[in-house]
Amino acid sequence: MARLDGLAGRLREIVGAESVITDPAELRTYDCDGLTYHRATPGIVVLPDTAEQIAAIVRACAADGVPYVARGSGTGLSGGALPRTDGVLIVTSRMRRVLAVDAANQRAIVEPGVINLDVTRAARPYGYYFAPDPSSQQVCSIGGNVAENSGGAHCLKYGFTVNHVLACEVVTPDGEIVELAEGPGYDLLGAFVGSEGTLGITTKVTVRLTRLPETVQTLLAGFDTIERAGEAVSAIIAAGVVPAAIEMMDALSIEAAEAAVRCGYPPGAGAVLIVELDGPASEVDAQFARVKELCGEAFEIRVAADDTERGLIWRGRKSAFAAVGRISPDYIVQDGVIPRTTLPEVLARIDALAREHGVRVANVFHAGDGNLHPLVLFDGAEPGAGERAEEVSGRIIDLCIEHGGSITGEHGVGIDKAKYMPRMFTDEDLDTMQMVRCAFDPAGLCNPGKVYPTPRLCGEVPGRRTGVHPLVESGKADLF
Amino acid sequence: MEEFRELLDDCVHCGFCLPTCPTYVLWGEEMDSPRGRIHLMDQLERGGPLTASTVEHFDRCLGCMACVTACPSGVRYDRLIEMTRARVEDDHPRSRGERLLREAIFAVFPYPRRLRALRGPLRAYRRLNLDLAPLLERLSPTLAAMERLTPPPARHVRLPERVAARGERRAVVGMLTGCVQREFFPGVNSATARVLAMEGCDVVIPKGQGCCGALSLHTGRDEEARAFARATIEAFADVDVVVVNAAGCGSAMKDYGAVFAGDQEWAGRAAELSAKTRDLAEFLAELGPRATRHPLELAVAYHDACHLAHAQGVRAQPRRLLGGIPGLEVREVADPEICCGSAGVYNLLRPEAAGELGERKARNVTATGADLLVAANPGCTLQITTALHRRGEHIPVAHTAEVLDASIRGIGKESFISRR
Ligand SMILES: Cc1cc2nc3c(=O)[nH]c(=O)nc-3n(C[C@H](O)[C@H](O)[C@H](O)COP(=O)(O)OP(=O)(O)OC[C@H]3O[C@@H](n4cnc5c(N)ncnc54)[C@H](O)[C@@H]3O)c2cc1C
Ligand code: SF4
Ligand code: SF4
Repeated sequence: MARLDGLAGRLREIVGAESVITDPAELRTYDCDGLTYHRATPGIVVLPDTAEQIAAIVRACAADGVPYVARGSGTGLSGGALPRTDGVLIVTSRMRRVLAVDAANQRAIVEPGVINLDVTRAARPYGYYFAPDPSSQQVCSIGGNVAENSGGAHCLKYGFTVNHVLACEVVTPDGEIVELAEGPGYDLLGAFVGSEGTLGITTKVTVRLTRLPETVQTLLAGFDTIERAGEAVSAIIAAGVVPAAIEMMDALSIEAAEAAVRCGYPPGAGAVLIVELDGPASEVDAQFARVKELCGEAFEIRVAADDTERGLIWRGRKSAFAAVGRISPDYIVQDGVIPRTTLPEVLARIDALAREHGVRVANVFHAGDGNLHPLVLFDGAEPGAGERAEEVSGRIIDLCIEHGGSITGEHGVGIDKAKYMPRMFTDEDLDTMQMVRCAFDPAGLCNPGKVYPTPRLCGEVPGRRTGVHPLVESGKADLF
Repeated sequence: MEEFRELLDDCVHCGFCLPTCPTYVLWGEEMDSPRGRIHLMDQLERGGPLTASTVEHFDRCLGCMACVTACPSGVRYDRLIEMTRARVEDDHPRSRGERLLREAIFAVFPYPRRLRALRGPLRAYRRLNLDLAPLLERLSPTLAAMERLTPPPARHVRLPERVAARGERRAVVGMLTGCVQREFFPGVNSATARVLAMEGCDVVIPKGQGCCGALSLHTGRDEEARAFARATIEAFADVDVVVVNAAGCGSAMKDYGAVFAGDQEWAGRAAELSAKTRDLAEFLAELGPRATRHPLELAVAYHDACHLAHAQGVRAQPRRLLGGIPGLEVREVADPEICCGSAGVYNLLRPEAAGELGERKARNVTATGADLLVAANPGCTLQITTALHRRGEHIPVAHTAEVLDASIRGIGKESFISRR
């Protein structure tokens, strides 16, 4: 730790003493993100104010061979911002200025610590908003959104963060400040968005703003069973309607949301669907009528009369994760993707798994794009319960892979799912991905230990493989 | 501390509370956010040391309860911080300067007569047998604001013990007069009594009432708080409803039940008092309007006092009451959920942070372009007017009760505004 003491001194010179944290109790408050299952107290925390400071911090870390991790609001659900005890945590929570709103060109330039919803707040007076809307939008940062390529309920129609980022200013692992932008040549911006903080730290983001829709129509439909709700989803998509969002919640998650925010969903529902349409009034009205027909199996359909009612419908859905805390002491939020058509079958299998292991699973999902969020409930105080929940949670991921899906839809791989990567990708796939990483971060200091189960390549980092990588040997790829 | 553990475990670390926390807004540090403070409490509960830096982060909390409103998991941060503050007071030796300041504040604020003594010119301070120097320094901007806002002593009317309902009686209610309210905003109390009477209530104003204990409770001075609370419970034993016009007092009284839980002798009576406590706006909205409202052509900025909005969930009622006055337009202040920095005695203990928050609030209030600011808590009124004054601005301020009173009595806009 002597190495860190020296580094702390240098960091103080860069950002000032009040922005470097070394007090043990204070450091510990940064020991996890939204996934509390993994914890590590950072060696040092720095709270920089500018891109230049971040570049200097990264250079100081590189000079000492000290690993570093970026953190925004710490709401990540895959342990992406899990600190290193032997490293530095670089927190962007003081870099929260909206630098420009350029309505004419439909863009805004923001610092990485700006809260997602604050971009929309800044743009709304001009008739625009920032489309990616993770449920955590009131607190998560744009830097975190870029790193995780976050999505939300409305990504069905509007796409993920990657579709709404035009440029990123990035501090590379060698401490240079570069601009990655859309344009001709290699899509480095595309590679950076979703890289989970492993390719550098973004210090300024140019986001695309979307015009506020002329009309929004939202309905809440209560179904007896989750199968019926699932059929309605398939029917809506098959009819060629592209709703802004289709969200589903099962009975247990409805119970939680009800306890938390009293959203007043139809009592006794086995599942509810929230369907939202937006766009030009004439189009929305016609399609909305069609959607109502397609939800014919519902025992109750409510249409939001105004923004307040719409807000209440969404409040239940958006608070669902955290609300589960009301009905269970502990829980794991899982995130997986399946082809939409396999929904009923996968749900039945999840149900069977839960019974078999004696745990409860609440299901919330972005039904339109098959992104499941099973919430595995348990009581950490009960011996063995945590392990059983972990087991079920892992088996759900297996189910997703088995059905041709993915191990994550939007929460990222981070530390938590690195172990599942080999179930989805071959060693060769993983090595190829890591070569991209090595091109950016040959020393392996930028958020190491995340995404990949075993660090490989990049020379000095120990790995399972010895010798030259087959892709390099065959001349298909090269190390930089 | 079984209960403390359980309360801590409710937090799922989602961070939804961060953006509404005034200290996180100011400094952007985890340990000055609700989530971070809960983490620090968790460390303590697991046997970690109570260090000076940890105490500092608890002390910096304004107790505004914005985090309670924001939390989807129902974390009772209010209970957590109260229990933590009590532990800090017990276990953490404070420096002499800090101790003196705290003693001085608590030797003065809860006692109407001593507060009144402070109102006079400086000579009065010396009469108090206390080392008041540090307090006076911090108090001086607040005192100056009080001087500006308080009517001359001649207007200081004593309220009778009972005010009879006008017209057919609809209810009999007790009324708390409060300490700061009574001494510095006597107009608010008379307006409250009048409005209640004009709406058909017999108003009982027990003579023996003192401080409700809110300031002590919110600062971890548990024993002191209980003593004040017991006296308040006694004073209102004979009425079925207690109407309170100061947000901080109302929220403390609604908390008595929790404060005395487990106390064999007092638990029952405390819970009873909590159950019958109503904020004035809450009570009037439940009762429904009867008296005629005369027009008041005013654009009004309504300020959500934390202890009303966050602690008591009273947001819609005052807006509805104000909106019910013909000609009156209610305007929203930006970032309504962020505290103005007054927070009980916080602005005395932490003048810098409080000053910054006051400045933000003042800016947002000015931006509404309203003719009048309405706030339902004396602390907020003092804090915001002080901040406005520092910016060289002035907006007349009134309590919801005063606006209603003016409308019901038919006092026109001009004479209403010119009095403040
Ligand atoms: C209740 C709840 C609901 C959620 N709902 C959703 C949802 O609907 N959809 C969704 O996609 N996610 C959701 N999330 C997950 C999380 O909010 C997102 O992943 C979010 O984008 C993380 O942002 P953050 O600022 O908290 O990042 P952090 O958690 O601080 O960091 C996340 C990752 O980003 C990296 N990072 C942070 N800042 C930078 C930077 N400036 N440069 C480079 N890397 C950086 C970190 O190293 C880490 O790997 C939810 C989380 C919670 C707690
Ligand atoms: S009470 Fe207010 S200041 Fe204290 S942690 Fe909660 S939001 Fe922050
Ligand atoms: S207090 Fe509530 S909102 Fe804040 S982190 Fe804990 S659970 Fe989330």
